[in-house]
Amino acid sequence: MGFLTLITFIPLVGAAIITFLPKGKIALIKKVSVAATGLTLLLTIIMLLRFDRTMPGINKEGQFQFVEHHKWIEVFNIDYFMGVDGLSFPMILLTALLCFLCVFASWNIDRAQKGYFALFLLLETGMIGTFCSLDFFLFYIFWEVMLLPMYFLIGIWGGPRREYAAIKFFLYTLFGSLLMLLSMLAFYFTNEPHTFNMLTIMQNSITYTRTFQYWVYIALFIGFAIKVPIFPFHTWLPDAHVEAPTPISVILAAILLKMGTYGLLRISYPMLPDAANYFAYGLAILGLINILYGAFAAMAQTDLKKLVAYSSISHMGYVLLGMSVFTSAGINGAVLQMFNHGTITAMLFLIVGVIYDRAHHREISGFGGLGSQMPIYTGITSFAFFASFGLPGLSGFISEAMVFIGAFPVYKYITVFAVSGVIITAGYFLWTLQRIFLGKLQDKYKTLPEISGMEIFTLAPLMIIILFVGVYPMPVLNLMRASLNYLIEVVHP
Amino acid sequence: MVDADNIIKDLQFFYPEIVLTVTILFVIIAELIPSIKKKLIIPFLSLAGLLLSIFFSVRLFDVQERFLFSNMIIVDHLGVFFRIFFALASVIIVLLSIPTFKRAGEYYALLLTATLGMYLMASSTHIIMIALSLEIVGITCYVLAGYRRSERRSSEAALKYMLYGAVSTGVMLYGFSFLYGMSGEVNIYKIRDILMLEPIDNLLLLVSVIFILAGIGYKIAMVPFHFWCPDVYEGAPTPVTTFFSVGPKVAGIALLIRFVFAGISVQVSETVEQWISIGDIDLQFMLAVLSAITMTLGNTAALAQRNLKRLLAYSCIAHAGYILMGFTMFTGAGINAVLFYVIVYLFMNFGAFIVVDGIALRLKSENIDKYRGLASRAPYLCFALTVFLISLTGIPPTAGFIGKVLLFAAVIDSKLYWLAVVGAVNVVVSLYYYFRIIKAMYLEKPISADELPLAIPRIHIFLTTLLLIPTIYFGLFWSPLREWTTFSLNFMLSID
Repeated sequence: MGFLTLITFIPLVGAAIITFLPKGKIALIKKVSVAATGLTLLLTIIMLLRFDRTMPGINKEGQFQFVEHHKWIEVFNIDYFMGVDGLSFPMILLTALLCFLCVFASWNIDRAQKGYFALFLLLETGMIGTFCSLDFFLFYIFWEVMLLPMYFLIGIWGGPRREYAAIKFFLYTLFGSLLMLLSMLAFYFTNEPHTFNMLTIMQNSITYTRTFQYWVYIALFIGFAIKVPIFPFHTWLPDAHVEAPTPISVILAAILLKMGTYGLLRISYPMLPDAANYFAYGLAILGLINILYGAFAAMAQTDLKKLVAYSSISHMGYVLLGMSVFTSAGINGAVLQMFNHGTITAMLFLIVGVIYDRAHHREISGFGGLGSQMPIYTGITSFAFFASFGLPGLSGFISEAMVFIGAFPVYKYITVFAVSGVIITAGYFLWTLQRIFLGKLQDKYKTLPEISGMEIFTLAPLMIIILFVGVYPMPVLNLMRASLNYLIEVVHP
Repeated sequence: MVDADNIIKDLQFFYPEIVLTVTILFVIIAELIPSIKKKLIIPFLSLAGLLLSIFFSVRLFDVQERFLFSNMIIVDHLGVFFRIFFALASVIIVLLSIPTFKRAGEYYALLLTATLGMYLMASSTHIIMIALSLEIVGITCYVLAGYRRSERRSSEAALKYMLYGAVSTGVMLYGFSFLYGMSGEVNIYKIRDILMLEPIDNLLLLVSVIFILAGIGYKIAMVPFHFWCPDVYEGAPTPVTTFFSVGPKVAGIALLIRFVFAGISVQVSETVEQWISIGDIDLQFMLAVLSAITMTLGNTAALAQRNLKRLLAYSCIAHAGYILMGFTMFTGAGINAVLFYVIVYLFMNFGAFIVVDGIALRLKSENIDKYRGLASRAPYLCFALTVFLISLTGIPPTAGFIGKVLLFAAVIDSKLYWLAVVGAVNVVVSLYYYFRIIKAMYLEKPISADELPLAIPRIHIFLTTLLLIPTIYFGLFWSPLREWTTFSLNFMLSID
């Protein structure tokens, strides 16, 4: 059994074990979860050490790593085909890390722990499986497997309007998935012999007619746009985020949103290069809208979690802008931004969770002067806020700068407007910082306890990564550079 | 020509039906003997008969395709496939009925008679035989629907079912009379062969096809012949409803396959799995529109239902629409997907109804409000119902997903993109009402403090498990099922 099968299915095995444990043994259930996610993370780190940074992957099977290729359903040429390259591996790394941390962030889940951890592990299987799959059918199955646990995790353990948020999330994403399913079938029948092998579909891209490419691109795009989410398909996101429990918000923002942009890069771009070029300008504009709309909407929020949710929309805009330009700096910046946004936004949601657990509300105007009461928490929050609005020396700055450098020669005006997004972002984060931590402390908050060791434990690894990538981004960039530069060659020769 | 020797010789290919007939007689006789009636002998007698009938059906797979009894009945893989399908469905229904109808011998006799009728529906080629088989199924079903005489809803269901049934069968016969008038033949294969050669009045052909579709459409609950469906499903006893949701409906689909692909269309050539309809009528488009309307209406109407049996009734209408998608392309892949889908549909739809029945036996209600917080009281059944509903929606990794993929694949292969998109949107709509049940079970708090676990009859647990396993297994490893449907697709295309 290869590494990829192991990291994909170890969480599933963990989930199965938990299902058979008695309800009351909460400590044991948590131990199993830690073991499953920890083992997955450990294997991912071993893979990182063995990862060959020069192999591009993208559309050549020989250039993928840790490949596993077996027949699955022969009548339809469906394979169990997994492999990683510089595009998927950083995402897997991110997933394994955040799932491990989120198990600890879930320590305080106070009811039905058994179901919670089982579903959480199932979700991890779905996410890692999606990033590993190189067969479209397999990809689709993992993609859908993510939806169900997410529905229940939001719907059972969420906030007051959880039922509404859960079904809204599900309806939106299922609609997108079904468009993807139809596109997948269209690819299948267009290729002779019929195949679901993603790499074959990419290699045959030259044979697809333009009309076919445009229509399928649009269908796929709607599917992925709902996930990212790209304006105007974003309305499920604030609801889902506000209602979801903290660790699930983290997973949702840090990983599920990346599925959308990952899908565009993994599927839409190399399979439909003509369409990708044709719609690139549109994508850049949508990116700009996301950046500005998300930032302004975030500024208007009174709920801290909603603010972070909208800031996610804004930050995903940079990814879209970087992707749309087909320059090395742009696309590397975009994927680095996916990685960085994953770590930064995870921190932000964890931070929101910390204050919510203590004060039981998230109204920004309801706080004030917490800086003197919780100095360590204030420091960590400032760090995360600074990282999010792109303070030099922290990771967000590197990726955003790369996106701008890559995008400026191609779309001057769009880039100029996009840069203003950084200022707005800095504006709302600093304003929020001021409203929560500065000023006079309210009497009722004089007893708020400082951030606990467990919470620091979930935040510290992310801080280290953010700082490290901010100072020295080359290790991460080296992981993906070969693949992404080759992707540009494929899509935009 | 009619020849006594030939008829007697043909009997050896008629064993499945003969076994059923004999079983029916035994059941009726057994009911008259008080010492037998007291025990559970009758249901087990029925089971034995059905299993024996399956055994003889499977053996027919090896037989060269042929017509029996002067071209009345056909023996081919497709017919055998459906015989096995109906017998399996009836086996499950007999088991399910044990807690409700322990010793009602006539109930089992009726059920077996309906099964016999369905056998014949799937293999009749003579228009009188088709009408006869439809009536066998129809009349037994009217009685089954009204089996609880003391309940008003049950009687109402029976009456509605019968009125609609009588009208639509009449219309169908009228349609057949046109075909007969045009061709002078009574065998659908021969009718097709004659109409192919002669110049025909397209309007007349269209009218007769529409009339015949009305008859078949009523059986499969196709819009606009679906009005009976929710009332009958709600009113009939739940085991009977469960039977209706798959048995007669799939029998209608079997008949539709036979009628469309052998009666009014011809295969382009031996090697190409593509059919074209005789005459100059756009039957494909007509079926595509009917399919789109059926699924859309079924799904949107289901959104408003609070009673689970009614909700599932509308879901059954929607599924008739999905299945009709497979007919719209006139391709082998299309029928293959239909065959695959009906098997999967048997697992998941039976599963959902059985859970509802099991819970209703304890809660005395099928109202969705009663399902609030049920997951803590009946964890296994709620989990199973969730899987069945997910499968009905068409989300992996369940067999229902594969069924939908194959249907969509057939549609996309024929470049009927608009229908595929309509289907996809319908799946999203259906998600909402299926998940309302899941939401009630898992997300909502129980209404009362009555937190005692529900005592579900063991037979329900057993049947649920029996259906749950293939629902998941065929979602991951569906090659065997697909191979079987491909194998069953060999059906006789012409009459010599």
